[in-house]
Amino acid sequence: MKEGRPRSFYVLAAFFAAYTLFLYGPMIAIYVLSFQGPQGGLTFPMNGVSTFWIAKLFQGTGIVDLGAAFRRSLLLGVIVMIVTVVLSVAAGMAFRRKFKAQSILFYSAIASLIVPSIITSLGISLEFRIVDDLIKAHWNENFETSMGLLTSGLGAHLTWTLPFGLLIMFAIFNRFDPRLEEAARDLGATPWQTFRHVVLPIILPSVIGIGLFGFTLSWDELARSSQAIGAVNTLPLDLQGLTTTVTNPDIYALGTVISAVSFTVITLALGTIHVLNKRQAAKGSDAGQGLV
Amino acid sequence: MDASEDILHQASPDLVRGSETKRAAKAARLSPSFISWLQAGPMMLVFLAFFLIPLVFVVIVSFWDYNEYQLLPAFSGRGYTDTFEGCIAQLPELCTIGKTYLMTLKLCFMVWAITLFIGFWVAYFLAFHVKSKTWQMGLSLLCTIPFWTSNVIRMIAWIPLLGRNGLVNSGLVKTGLINHPLEWLLFSEFSVVLALVHLFTFFMVVPIFNSMVRIDKSLIEAAYDAGATGLQTLVNVIIPLAKPGIVIGSIFVITIVMGDFITIGVMGGQQIAAAGKIIETRVNALQFPAAAANAVILLAITFLIITMMSRIVDIKKEL
Repeated sequence: MKEGRPRSFYVLAAFFAAYTLFLYGPMIAIYVLSFQGPQGGLTFPMNGVSTFWIAKLFQGTGIVDLGAAFRRSLLLGVIVMIVTVVLSVAAGMAFRRKFKAQSILFYSAIASLIVPSIITSLGISLEFRIVDDLIKAHWNENFETSMGLLTSGLGAHLTWTLPFGLLIMFAIFNRFDPRLEEAARDLGATPWQTFRHVVLPIILPSVIGIGLFGFTLSWDELARSSQAIGAVNTLPLDLQGLTTTVTNPDIYALGTVISAVSFTVITLALGTIHVLNKRQAAKGSDAGQGLV
Repeated sequence: MDASEDILHQASPDLVRGSETKRAAKAARLSPSFISWLQAGPMMLVFLAFFLIPLVFVVIVSFWDYNEYQLLPAFSGRGYTDTFEGCIAQLPELCTIGKTYLMTLKLCFMVWAITLFIGFWVAYFLAFHVKSKTWQMGLSLLCTIPFWTSNVIRMIAWIPLLGRNGLVNSGLVKTGLINHPLEWLLFSEFSVVLALVHLFTFFMVVPIFNSMVRIDKSLIEAAYDAGATGLQTLVNVIIPLAKPGIVIGSIFVITIVMGDFITIGVMGGQQIAAAGKIIETRVNALQFPAAAANAVILLAITFLIITMMSRIVDIKKEL
């Protein structure tokens, strides 16, 4: 039985298509423009097609030391991803039982998500400045600073990625069937074995999703890094710095390179999730297969 | 440890040896609450060290004194008095901070109204019109992917379109609709609102979609069977049931725009004053107590808006 679609479907489908175009159109425009010819400018029309501007980025003749910023952002992104996955899965497991500080942790995560980034960033920078001053005053006069990529910078990024990780864990365990664990326990599995061989394989696709959020949110993070990153810049900070001074397409080339990394990570993550889901569908259950 | 057992142990060590071994066995098995602490503790520590304590420092430092180049840890209201300078003297004219907050609220309201409209209908389409789960998943993903890419890139992406020689202007001039390129397309309030809508409608779509997919479809059928028109069903059934999502999405969008300084900076050509930008300016001038005072004010106003909105819905129940 197939009913015809109502007219509202077509109106809303057109609206959705327009929204998608609005989302992607401008991005695609700058990916195209980054392949401008050497004489090309900041806007259309294209003045030849070349990889001149992208090559120029990698030669290091541009305004920023791209290579170093690239490595820093990548390192921070990977560490943030790993920490986000581990802490979120652990905390997600904790939330399946009642425990004392449950609502404190929950509200901290929500608050961390919605308190304006600039305030969190300022707070972290003040905290580290005050700690620095204390160290200088009491222990070591020559101490420079404890602020840096992997101290204050890492912390700042985690305040942004961990709430997402925790919320995804809530969503996972909302649909999780606890009888699977009971079955494992009844068969004599230790808590660790239950987690390792029953829970983890089932939640793994979503855990990869948490990793995807962790890496991409850190890779593109700007507002929280702005005050808390210390002396060195991450890639998005360099890019933002360029917006006020730049007059040729190398800013688009940089944007395209940054996006290429994002899209590679997104594709890898979504591909893995897809494969895992298929495997689960194929091997996950032998119900209805009969006894062999 | 039980206090009475402790005393007993001191008095006669031999007597409680039995319970000692029992305790050792217990430790090897680990009590459930201890495991919970082990699991949730690390995340709690991160929030404590990088969110809660920093917030406390913001409040403390906002009451410190400062000079041209450093913080002076002595109580002073200077951060606040500097911020509100001229506010009483200039009455009935608005002072700088008043004007800035008015501007921020105006941007906030425009972005909120537009993202709510777009977000609601996009979510509605995904939840009610897309029937196949695969399509629903695919199209939701299509909306999510830009969220995983850089905000700055998505901002500068508007430059080749909206600039003086951009696509929009050259198109309009060519068709003869206008003689001179429009100047207000880029580095203006218009481009700021456009970019904010472009970046953050996602935060509206997700929660509204989440509440919509939970609506029991038979309720909508029941409304139709009882003779309700499409509009009546929308107003009396769908919107009330989607309200939690609408409120959560609104909280996200409003708090993001209230504290934004990057989009407003880049898309406003660094010319538009906003609550977040004052903080940035003060920090760049190394006036940390003034920056902190502004942060406290911004936090208070944001908190006020959220409490007003969460009166409408219990957030914890909805997640």
